[in-house]
Amino acid sequence: MSELNPILAGLADAHPNVSFETPHGQLVARVPREEWLVFAAACGDAGFEVCVDVTAVDWMRQRRERFEVVANLLSMQHRLRLRIITTAPRVDPRVDSLVPVWPGANFAEREVYDMFGIVFDNHPDLTRILMPDDWEGHPLRKDFGVGGVPVQFKMSHQVN
Amino acid sequence: MTEERTKEAAETVDIWVAGTEEPQFSPTEEGTQEIGTEESEARLDEQFGRVVDDDYIFDDEVDEDERMIVNMGPQHPSTHGVLRLQIELEGEIIRRTKPIIGYLHTGMEKTAEQLTFGQGPTNVTRMDYLAPLHGELAFSLAVETLLGVEVPERAAAIRVLMTELNRVSSHLVALATNGMDIGALSMMIYGFRERESILAFFEKTTGLRMNHNYIRPGGVAADLPPGWKDDVGAILVDLPERLAEYDDLLKDNPIWLARTKDVGVISDHECIAYGITGPPLRASGVQWDLRKAFPYSGIDRYEFDVPVGETGDVYDRYRVRVEEIHESLKIVEQVMDSMPLGDYRIDDRKVTPPPRARIDESMEALIHHFKLFTEGFKVPAGETYAAVESPRGELGCYLVSDGEARPYRMHTRAPSFANLQALPIAMADSLMADTVATIASMDPVMGDVDR
Repeated sequence: MSELNPILAGLADAHPNVSFETPHGQLVARVPREEWLVFAAACGDAGFEVCVDVTAVDWMRQRRERFEVVANLLSMQHRLRLRIITTAPRVDPRVDSLVPVWPGANFAEREVYDMFGIVFDNHPDLTRILMPDDWEGHPLRKDFGVGGVPVQFKMSHQVN
Repeated sequence: MTEERTKEAAETVDIWVAGTEEPQFSPTEEGTQEIGTEESEARLDEQFGRVVDDDYIFDDEVDEDERMIVNMGPQHPSTHGVLRLQIELEGEIIRRTKPIIGYLHTGMEKTAEQLTFGQGPTNVTRMDYLAPLHGELAFSLAVETLLGVEVPERAAAIRVLMTELNRVSSHLVALATNGMDIGALSMMIYGFRERESILAFFEKTTGLRMNHNYIRPGGVAADLPPGWKDDVGAILVDLPERLAEYDDLLKDNPIWLARTKDVGVISDHECIAYGITGPPLRASGVQWDLRKAFPYSGIDRYEFDVPVGETGDVYDRYRVRVEEIHESLKIVEQVMDSMPLGDYRIDDRKVTPPPRARIDESMEALIHHFKLFTEGFKVPAGETYAAVESPRGELGCYLVSDGEARPYRMHTRAPSFANLQALPIAMADSLMADTVATIASMDPVMGDVDR
């Protein structure tokens, strides 16, 4: 942990369950699901004032837990980016919402809910955002087929 | 016999009547995206835009009868595409707003999982269709990070040249539509006219006016055309004169000032809390530009300033965009004068196709060419995030590869998508007539919002 930035070293000391990586020179923190909101709030206090983006990855059967929820944080004062990643299970995927820490996570989490069906607890307005209200399924899941939407024809004649 | 046949045929004619079929879909249990007359407190806070700053002034004089919910869009000429707003009015005053999006959703992130890394730019270029080159650049930077390759100097310089010209053309559209929405119709004609000169140069270079697929992993698709310096030089001479004309038209125009000053104000800490980037953030006085903070493509080599506003109103956003055009032209001029010689893409046949002449001579070149255009190139497993400063803010590409020739997951952090969250803040407690001015000043591109 010695090569980590001093801001992150403080975070790492306070949260021993969080593991840090630096793939391609980018800072990544893998956070257990129970500590997700606590760690995010600590990041907010440590100077990461912007939540740039929240997204998810569906790993199907490749990982022990099916979903990865990824939040991209940005610290303008320290000119630093941090990507925090947690996991969500296949059955009833639930993650704490980051909206209490960063109000800007609102739309991004709605998109993740819409596209992956991951429920964000304590989100103020967790509805679909890109798909219609009555859409069935979550399109960006890997088991959602491509081009599988039924087409309704107005009239179909059977030719004898 | 024939009668029987017709009767049988009539019975087998299957006529579909709306509303008679079994309901196939069940609505989500979380509720509707639309605004309601009775909402939870948390949703109300969002719609009043009072999560960060509670600066709404309630008027107790207005009785319930004067409140009504108005739909604006999705087919509305001033919503820059298919943005739908639901606005609750209190007489002439906007109480709460909710942007409802998704009418242009085409599942491009899903599509990206079906396209090879080489085909990826054709997809991302269609997201933000006013700044297609920025989308391609973010995607290409992400792929190159995973590949661990670095493009030649000339390729990087061409990328800077093209994206900065793209910023100018995009801002010109923003000025044009902003002017049109407020009623300065001549501004619309001027903006689109000047943009045309840049698009003509893009067409000459890339073959297309929009959706270029020009910046690709490993470099750019083609070298700059012969005589490009004359074209760019003409733009550099022409545009500052025209920009001075726009200033004559708008800068001190009393009608323009009355429509834009202190309209749609977003404070700096609201911008930061909501992750708003680009001109709206800088108009609020935050000097933040990814080109300065996290330089990409060697853009830190060129000198330019980051213009900022003061109050964060519509007028400041307009001024910031005009200043940014000047700064981008400065960069373009420096790139033009210092364009390095060399290759316009990396000389790695596993990533970029061989030159056409080599295919006739070399078996390996033919194989490489064939493999690249059928299978594509494989990218080592890993994940990365690359961001560029698009005309609308931070345009990021989160790319996950599992070692195959197609991305396992490609997510675009769309600046317009995040910036739309500021609409309730900007519009609460303002007049209905200022709605279009505020929307236009945020400059949302619906292709970018919905993807």
